[in-house]
Amino acid sequence: MNGLIKDLGLLINATLIATPPLLLAALGSCFSERCGVVNIGIEGMMTIGAFTGAVMGLTTGNGWIAFLCAGLAGALFGLIHAFVCISCHADQTIAGTAINFLGPGLALFLCKAMYNNSSDTPAMDPSCKLPKLFEGVFPTGSFWNNVLNVYAVAYLVFILAFVCWFVFYKTKFGAHLRAVGEHPEACESLGIDVYKVRYTCVILSGFFAGLGGAFVTLATINQFRPSVIVGQGFIAIAAVIFGKFSPEGATKACLLFGLCSGIKSLAAQSNVVSPNLISMIPYVVTIIALVLFVGKAHTPAANGKIFVKSK
Amino acid sequence: MNKKKSILESNVLYTIVAIIAGFLVGAIFLLIAGISPAVAYGKLFDSIFSKPKYLVWTLVYASPLIFTGLSVAFSFRTGVFNIGAEGQFVIGSLVACVLGIVLKLPPVLHALVCLVAAAAAGCIWSLIVGVLKVKRGIHEVLSFIMFNWIAFYLSNYVVNLPGIHRESSEATLDIAENARLLLPEGIRKALDCNAAHWGILFAVIAAVVIWVIIEKTTLGYKLKAVGFNRNCAQYGGINADGSVLTALGISGLLSGLGGAVQVLGMAGRLSQFAGQEGFGFEGITVALIGGSNPIGCIFSGIFYGAMKYGGSKLSIVKAPSEVVDIIMGCVVLLIAISHVFKVFVLNAAKKKEAK
Repeated sequence: MNGLIKDLGLLINATLIATPPLLLAALGSCFSERCGVVNIGIEGMMTIGAFTGAVMGLTTGNGWIAFLCAGLAGALFGLIHAFVCISCHADQTIAGTAINFLGPGLALFLCKAMYNNSSDTPAMDPSCKLPKLFEGVFPTGSFWNNVLNVYAVAYLVFILAFVCWFVFYKTKFGAHLRAVGEHPEACESLGIDVYKVRYTCVILSGFFAGLGGAFVTLATINQFRPSVIVGQGFIAIAAVIFGKFSPEGATKACLLFGLCSGIKSLAAQSNVVSPNLISMIPYVVTIIALVLFVGKAHTPAANGKIFVKSK
Repeated sequence: MNKKKSILESNVLYTIVAIIAGFLVGAIFLLIAGISPAVAYGKLFDSIFSKPKYLVWTLVYASPLIFTGLSVAFSFRTGVFNIGAEGQFVIGSLVACVLGIVLKLPPVLHALVCLVAAAAAGCIWSLIVGVLKVKRGIHEVLSFIMFNWIAFYLSNYVVNLPGIHRESSEATLDIAENARLLLPEGIRKALDCNAAHWGILFAVIAAVVIWVIIEKTTLGYKLKAVGFNRNCAQYGGINADGSVLTALGISGLLSGLGGAVQVLGMAGRLSQFAGQEGFGFEGITVALIGGSNPIGCIFSGIFYGAMKYGGSKLSIVKAPSEVVDIIMGCVVLLIAISHVFKVFVLNAAKKKEAK
């Protein structure tokens, strides 16, 4: 029984480490997709965030400042995406593809330029990383230590998910952003500045993706490597579609993916089943769940469509 | 005047401008990093053009990219977006590799069996997504992304299976000589390139076939019609669901072939992936630079192949090879907004004419 509780604690711990980057990126993606701008560049924005977080952590020594800077770097890429898609009416999927080349390319390029042609940044001192809650309160390895002594951001992210839900459904801005994604022409005739709402949302999506990337380099591990962001951005997008483009749905989907990832990292230690097969679980589960339960998701009607402001 | 106008309206012009601008942005980042763009770009061009064997290498690098480029271009023209080329490529290379190791067949036949099986596998991998879209209304971009990762882990799983895996390595056993697509040894020696293979020829043939399908056949007309306006095509008596499936099937087949060409041609074995290889995503760039035209894909594929091969030599002058990604990202971004410049330039030209 004791062993079981301990394993459960480990599983919750692994889930709480795997979920925040996905959830941050997914919440950002919710804003972007719901306002009518497809953003498949989340992956690239996360990579930039991960790199910026690691570099700023090393230079400033303060995890929180580094975390914020990573968000801003992501937001900069969000701004590029917004400008290209909203003001220049570019195809949004293509622009996102470009961001997915630019983000990782730039991160690795700068990393090699700054750190003597190495594709990894140096490892950070633990004091530079994001702080943990309840450090040293519970004995190491105990259930409560595993569940409660995680990075503070991991809990903040869930509060943030609630805030996003509140913004989506309880504020004027939320109503505007949902309307803009459905029928921008109607919104414009009511005096809503469609471009302004969309710019805000896309920049926010970049900001959140940047934060999500930085969680990996500032909390999960302690440096930037080319392999830190492999597909989390795409899983986040999948979570958003899975969660029917709503913050609460995306949160549930991210928890499911995070749990799968937690099972994977625990099972990888036991070496019973090939870790490659376990890694497939989240993707296979998504497909099965879509076929059996979710079915057709209601995509925001104006999603991916170019909107030209009337003069 | 008309000639000038047609040049200003042509997409090729804007693509070339986008490529030049991409190089300029890359140069800015090189300067920021304290590397002379002249030295880096000099090395890049030097390692593509200075010897005939480098050009052969460029074609070797280009072959799989032309296939994935064709795959994406075909999907663009038929109104679906194959972001799953990556997964179909991986499945194609996996099937070709496994059959290349396991089967014992005479020359030519062995390679042919591997190619056909890989094409079929890529086609099926893509069709599953198509069926999910048509029957259950599941967003194809979502399921393609899922299938990319399933293919990724499946490949890593199979690479590590006993009988396939080479002891104490990260790769599979070598593929049987009979299954390889290498040029005869004499020619390879003459070209001074060990990995020279038939892939580029296959890629060009595939491009011509796809061009004929799109431009000259009823099938191509139907597929384009559904892509252009689904409801209208259906009203006109075209089976829209069937067309989507056909389009995705052909697109997947091309990516699967690309994977087979890469593994039977250049690589000779499959290695465990650390991250996605990117051939499928690079195919999106190839398709865009080629203006979604199959023949254009040949040239853009060779261009990308040259950049990849030249980029791999950049570390000699201590320049990060990722500058190629930055250049390519900028090129894609600029092509995506080229219509803005086009309107601008055409308006300016019109004004000038009015004076």
